[in-house]
Amino acid sequence: MTNAEYSRQSFWRQYIFSVDHKVIGLQYGLTALSFLLLGFMLMVLMRWQLAFPGEVIPWLTFVVIFILLGLAIVFLAGKKRPYLALNSLIFFGIAALIWYFTTGEERLPGGIMLPEFYNQLGTMHGTIMVFLGVVPLAVGAFGNYILPLQIGAPDMAFPRMNMVSYWVYFIGGVLMIISFFLPGGAAQSGWTSYSPLADINTGQTMWLVAMLFVIISSLLGAINFIVTTVQLRVEGMTWFRLPFFVWTQLITAFLLLLAFPSLQIGAIMQLLDRVAGSSFFIPAGIIQGGKVLEYSGGGNPLLWQHLFWFLAHPEVYVLILPAIGIITEVVTNNTRKPLWGYPAMVYSLFFIGFMSFLVYAHHMFITGMGTAVTTWFQTTTLIISIPSIIFLAVIVFTLWGGSIRFTTPMLFALAWVPMFGIGGLTGLPLGLAPPDIHLHDTYYVIGHFHYIVAPGSIIAFFAGIYYWFPKICGKKLNDNLGKVHFWGTIIGMNLTFAPMLVQGMAGVSRRLYDGGLGYDHAQPVLFLNEWMTWGAWIIGIFQIFFILNIVLTLRKKSRSEENPWDATTLEWATTSPPIAHGNFITEPFVYHGPYEYNVSVNGQNVPYLPQHKKMDIED
Amino acid sequence: MENEYLNGYHRMNTSDYGYWLPKGASTFAPEIDTTLYLVHILMVIMFVVWGIFFIMFLVQFRSGNEKKVVHSGYPKVIVPISMIAFVVIFDMYMLFGHDIPFWNHLKKDFPDAEKSTVVRIVAQQFAWNVHYPGQDGKFGRSRPELVDEKINPIGLDFDDPYAKDDITTVGQLRIPVEKPVIIHLTSKDVIHSFSLPVMRVKQDVIPGMSIPIWFEPTRTGNWQIACAQLCGNSHYNMKGIFKVQNQEDFAAWMAIQEAELPQDDEEVW
Ligand code: HEM
Ligand SMILES: [Cu+2]
Ligand SMILES: [Cu+2]
Repeated sequence: MTNAEYSRQSFWRQYIFSVDHKVIGLQYGLTALSFLLLGFMLMVLMRWQLAFPGEVIPWLTFVVIFILLGLAIVFLAGKKRPYLALNSLIFFGIAALIWYFTTGEERLPGGIMLPEFYNQLGTMHGTIMVFLGVVPLAVGAFGNYILPLQIGAPDMAFPRMNMVSYWVYFIGGVLMIISFFLPGGAAQSGWTSYSPLADINTGQTMWLVAMLFVIISSLLGAINFIVTTVQLRVEGMTWFRLPFFVWTQLITAFLLLLAFPSLQIGAIMQLLDRVAGSSFFIPAGIIQGGKVLEYSGGGNPLLWQHLFWFLAHPEVYVLILPAIGIITEVVTNNTRKPLWGYPAMVYSLFFIGFMSFLVYAHHMFITGMGTAVTTWFQTTTLIISIPSIIFLAVIVFTLWGGSIRFTTPMLFALAWVPMFGIGGLTGLPLGLAPPDIHLHDTYYVIGHFHYIVAPGSIIAFFAGIYYWFPKICGKKLNDNLGKVHFWGTIIGMNLTFAPMLVQGMAGVSRRLYDGGLGYDHAQPVLFLNEWMTWGAWIIGIFQIFFILNIVLTLRKKSRSEENPWDATTLEWATTSPPIAHGNFITEPFVYHGPYEYNVSVNGQNVPYLPQHKKMDIED
Repeated sequence: MENEYLNGYHRMNTSDYGYWLPKGASTFAPEIDTTLYLVHILMVIMFVVWGIFFIMFLVQFRSGNEKKVVHSGYPKVIVPISMIAFVVIFDMYMLFGHDIPFWNHLKKDFPDAEKSTVVRIVAQQFAWNVHYPGQDGKFGRSRPELVDEKINPIGLDFDDPYAKDDITTVGQLRIPVEKPVIIHLTSKDVIHSFSLPVMRVKQDVIPGMSIPIWFEPTRTGNWQIACAQLCGNSHYNMKGIFKVQNQEDFAAWMAIQEAELPQDDEEVW
């Protein structure tokens, strides 16, 4: 098919059931960003309850804000851009969902939150953020769009499978939202869904079914990424000329492929426990409402935790590795020098991928693990912290000797360094069993992993969006709005997550509907609940600048240059946006490593040498 | 809302709580606190040292600060390598000097049951049932079929002679000070987590398993049992009273409980 033939296909083929990796990448991106917004919104409802337990949540304010945002988008999009205007549906949808929550007796009657609804929101926040937001954005969106371009491929290896993978994910997401409307509501046993609570609680069945869709989608995607990277690298793209981002996607795909089956089987077993009367995870003699439950018994609740964490630990590396990939791309591009220690990075990546399967039970120190097993998992956990430190060392020391441009993507990338640093460092006491006795299941854990996933992964995704937006839309996002967005987000995130570490130290448990109000040891740190709630508001308000920036930029007529960042990697070797079919007008050939900035050729300094430009570099 | 929680609850040990760790009150609390402090000191050092390099580089190598871009890496490779080596050595010290020996102490050095207070705790949604063996020092048998949430929450089998003198309380754990305690933890329904922050004790309570833990309180006080694992709607409210008393007070309380036990000739159930 030629490009011209391609663009004569029907609307449905081109934009809805497209097999083009770029369209699928955008579908993933838009869906995942919507889920991030939804997950965030659920959390803002919870945070209000935590700061002001039992008081009326200003739900009408939320509804109005979202309707106004939706209207603003319709208005700004104008008549000429109906597809842009259509995105307002996301905002109207969230407004409608919040309004729906306040109806019905078992959710937010009159705006006052019930404990079971708090647990539903917590569970859905965690699930949506991790499985429907961050992973699809990191892998489905960034990986899908950028990876084939960076290796010079015309598309993914299995375009149809790519399309199926998106739609299976989409169905999973829709089922997850539908679960709010079922009798008994959404799942409420935590995103970890520990048995036997999850076996007997309402809402869990739909969660499990939705998760099975998400898992299948991830498995299909993972196979596709691996085959694409191995098979479709353009000529001259040797392994050590791969941009580091591609490496992170490759290792991530292996993690998904090898880890998810464990949760898949766990989810099927839990589903059988719920609907078919089996008792894989249910011991004999469980009592509910004063009566012994009718299960044959003989199951083991800890088996679920092993199956779950065997997935969920590698999963957290799935959340962070693509982020590290984005950061290295942005940092090298904006320091105008090669990545210092590229091989060390690649080996660390392999090592982290392998080790991530050997540390999972550090989530289970408090289940009563014996000495030998504990020693093993503490030791492996400390070992796996070393490659993360190498990543940070490489990124920090790459700055040395460069010529640093403080562009908007670079600001996000630079802020990522100390934020990920805090996230990684606070992991140390949790990885050692004795300090973990005090910190386990407290807000310290929540603070720790949010530093990894929010000011960590999410910040990296912002860096990636600002960096690749000109590639995807041919227009550059506004720098001033970008900077406002940056500072608001960073300040808001620290205000939200730093106090969690303090509360955790004081011993406040996580998943408390009243935010610790009932516990003596929480009293001195209770006031922080309000700070954190305002922090979340600040994060939310400053995202408006981001949304407006995108809409306003898409309205602009003027296009940016083809390669506005003077970048070297192959995605910039084609037009912006790349041609619809086959990506490259002429297939590129690769002559150099990925980050040849400021090299000397014939005694002259070349500011940047694209991978596909033939020139002889002198040392 | 606040008063609903505070009313009728006399807060005794508020001075134990602040912005940082609650003040420890068990023999091994200092050791856990040491590991926490050491790791946090390391974390702060790392953050500050790396932060200095980071900011230094950002200022020194900002664009426009006319300097020729250096293509190679940082000249003193020894700096990042020694920073990494420092962490490795510190990690090894933590592991072999503190963490592994301490976990052995915790899991293997159980005190002599004869010389300890031995208690069973049966967790349920959303309460802690505390079961003392009584004067014979032996726990009576309990069976799930016998559970009656009002009068016999742990399903004690009164046909068992050992059960006759057993004492049970709901949500009230009292123990004497300066005497080791052994607690056998189990659950009637879902997973809970038994947490005593001042004692630095936390243990998941898992149905179908009976998990023993031990600690030794070093001072008296009034604290709370907290549930640390999501266990359902009222997880947030799954509190218990936790009192460490001196020997006399504890004995006096125990005597009252024993006096209230049904006598052999009474028909109670
Ligand atoms: C950016 C704004 C965010 C805020 C303000 C926020 C806030 C919170 C809070 C306060 C909790 C604790 C709830 C509780 O223990 O009762 C929580 C839980 C959680 N969050 Fe977030 N979060 C944010 C973003 C994220 C992101 C980006 C992710 C994942 C990638 C995430 C994943 C989770 C998970 C997995 C849980 C645990 C849920 C559970 O207890 O089952 N959050 N969040
Ligand atoms: Cu509980
Ligand atoms: Cu609980």
